[in-house]
Amino acid sequence: MSFKDDPRLMVIGDRLRSVRNIVPIMSSKGGVGKTLVASLLALVSVENGLRTGLLDLDVTNPTTHIVLGIDPSKVKPIEEKGIIPPSIHGIRFMTIAYYSLENPVPLRGYEIDDVIREILAITQWGGLDILFIDTPPGLSDESLDVLTYFTNPRPLIVSTPSPLSIRSVERLLTLLVEQGINILGVVENMVVRVTGHIRDLCRRYGVKYLGQIPYDPGVDIAIGNIEDLRNTKFYKHLMESFNILRTMLI
Amino acid sequence: MVHEWALAEAIAGYVREYMGEHKILKKLTISLGELQSIDREILDFALKEILKSMGITVGELNYEVEEAVLRCRKCGFEWKLHKKLFSEEVLEAIHFVPEVIHSYYKCPRCGSRDFDIVRGRGLRIKEILVE
Repeated sequence: MSFKDDPRLMVIGDRLRSVRNIVPIMSSKGGVGKTLVASLLALVSVENGLRTGLLDLDVTNPTTHIVLGIDPSKVKPIEEKGIIPPSIHGIRFMTIAYYSLENPVPLRGYEIDDVIREILAITQWGGLDILFIDTPPGLSDESLDVLTYFTNPRPLIVSTPSPLSIRSVERLLTLLVEQGINILGVVENMVVRVTGHIRDLCRRYGVKYLGQIPYDPGVDIAIGNIEDLRNTKFYKHLMESFNILRTMLI
Repeated sequence: MVHEWALAEAIAGYVREYMGEHKILKKLTISLGELQSIDREILDFALKEILKSMGITVGELNYEVEEAVLRCRKCGFEWKLHKKLFSEEVLEAIHFVPEVIHSYYKCPRCGSRDFDIVRGRGLRIKEILVE
């Protein structure tokens, strides 16, 4: 089915009409902490009184529900002229895991695109101040769909100080800047030694540096337990980044 | 009202865009992929309601069920889906997101999950006539 012949694409804009800010959490490199940043930023956002949504767009390997500590076999969206994401810790939370559970989800690229179209077409988000989107690494279907199907996405980039991550993020920034995407900024994660390389990268691309999060081995232990997560250094540093990005929201 | 309403809104949006200045939808044929198990009666009700609210006069509305055919990418085996193999829970999951069939089903010949849904996935517009 070609792009223009797919009826689902006609309603995606309507479904997101009352979402003020769409913030995909992106990085071309894996293992930099996108899922944790997306999930915990959503918690911070709720704590700050914002109507918050979280969409796991890592459709072949969803893990945000693991961070939030929910069993997808026990939680289901409500059916009402589509599906309404359930409220998890105050977050309107949508994931393919409600349907795939903990089974493998091996999908070819065109199927990933089909899944994303389906989810975006049937999910009734309602009014939200901010919708965080967890994306997988790479510059493939999920990342391209974020740039294609969402109106005015404002990506938040996550990078570690590793040269591999920095070089990967530079490619992502090139892509986003040349498409005129309004980037919220870059969060530097897993910092062991302060180098300033990511600040330099931000300066070169005219993007805001949203702060650094020191490497926190405690965060893995806290996964799945919201109170423990809130007590991590990771969470506290993320609150500082949130305070900066909040001033940039619509 | 269930998931079908959201899909009916999508079809109605497509129809409205396609019609432009026209007000009469003479004929619309929708193919319903077997895999997604769309409830035809609910979809029909929802679609008529939404089109009416858009001021579109509806003529003939047809639905055709397209059987689901799968083809393994590893061994090339092609087969028709037997939905009786699935529990209600799995059928419901596939109803919402047909691609999760890969989470519950393998090629009956080689056991690979790497197969294509050749046809019969979900909903598509087969024919549209306006005047």
